[in-house]
Amino acid sequence: MCTYLTETINIAGSGKGSAGWFRVTDATVYFDHPVHALAEHTLNIDFANPSRGPGARVAVELTAESARALVQAIEATLASAPADLTR
Amino acid sequence: MCSLTAETITISGDGGDEIEAYLARPHGPKRRGGMVVIHHIPGYDRATKEMVRRFAELGCDAVCPNLFHREAPGADPDDAAAAARARGGVPDDRLVGDVAGAAAYLRSLDTSNGKIGVIGHCSGGRQAVLAACSLPLDAAIDCYGGYVVRDSPDDARTSLEPRLSNLGCPLLGLFGKDDQRPSPAEVAELATLLRENGKEFEFHSYDGAGHAFFAVDRPSYRVEAAVDGWDKIADFLGRHLS
Repeated sequence: MCTYLTETINIAGSGKGSAGWFRVTDATVYFDHPVHALAEHTLNIDFANPSRGPGARVAVELTAESARALVQAIEATLASAPADLTR
Repeated sequence: MCSLTAETITISGDGGDEIEAYLARPHGPKRRGGMVVIHHIPGYDRATKEMVRRFAELGCDAVCPNLFHREAPGADPDDAAAAARARGGVPDDRLVGDVAGAAAYLRSLDTSNGKIGVIGHCSGGRQAVLAACSLPLDAAIDCYGGYVVRDSPDDARTSLEPRLSNLGCPLLGLFGKDDQRPSPAEVAELATLLRENGKEFEFHSYDGAGHAFFAVDRPSYRVEAAVDGWDKIADFLGRHLS
């Protein structure tokens, strides 16, 4: 099935794509058919900079279990860092 | 098996926009039907282009418009799909216009017999039904299209139920019994609506198959369903496009 649902947020940081590092300004998150992962549905994240064209994108396709583990790892990492560094 | 030629072309889509398309044609002067192939949400990709060539092998002129060309001209199919998704996907009206442009292109070919069919898988299955309810076509094939009789979760695509009375050609539906979008209940509901509207259709639902059973590059591929499904498609087109 196609879920169609997409979360879009503004972000600040950098990503490394096929042409090297670039500033990322947008992230889209959706649970739908992957392009490459061997699963029928995956949690997909595109880190992108639309102003640099559609190829300025770092994409990941994760199983639901992997995506949840990643969320926990990110939260744990942020929680363990000094609070004054993560404001 | 026939010889064929495949190439990337430009066609006029919705609003006269010039958009990229992939064309495959059997060799020879024989007059034949045309097929518009609607690609799925992952994009105007290799797997879809393989299907376009298969329709040429089946004896049709076939064309797949790149529905994401406007968002990302010349981009890799997956990048274009991501860019289109970030902008909300393909509006229904634009899809109809692009299919109309593809059908007009096929009818303009010197080999055309004037008959045109449309096929889509997954999101394209719904779009094939939408096109067949909106345009003068001769055959339509819905392969496990979701949200045909339901609104999509993002409310951007509404149920096609109000449009089914306008369906102007026979509809072939190919579904997996293990699919949940569309579920067997939704497929049965669609069949009831078509019957109530006096429409010609034939549905086949396969045991042991879920969504995307035609997709040879995905774990959902089910060889028995896909092989039989292609046979059903060839038979359907033989009856309605020849």
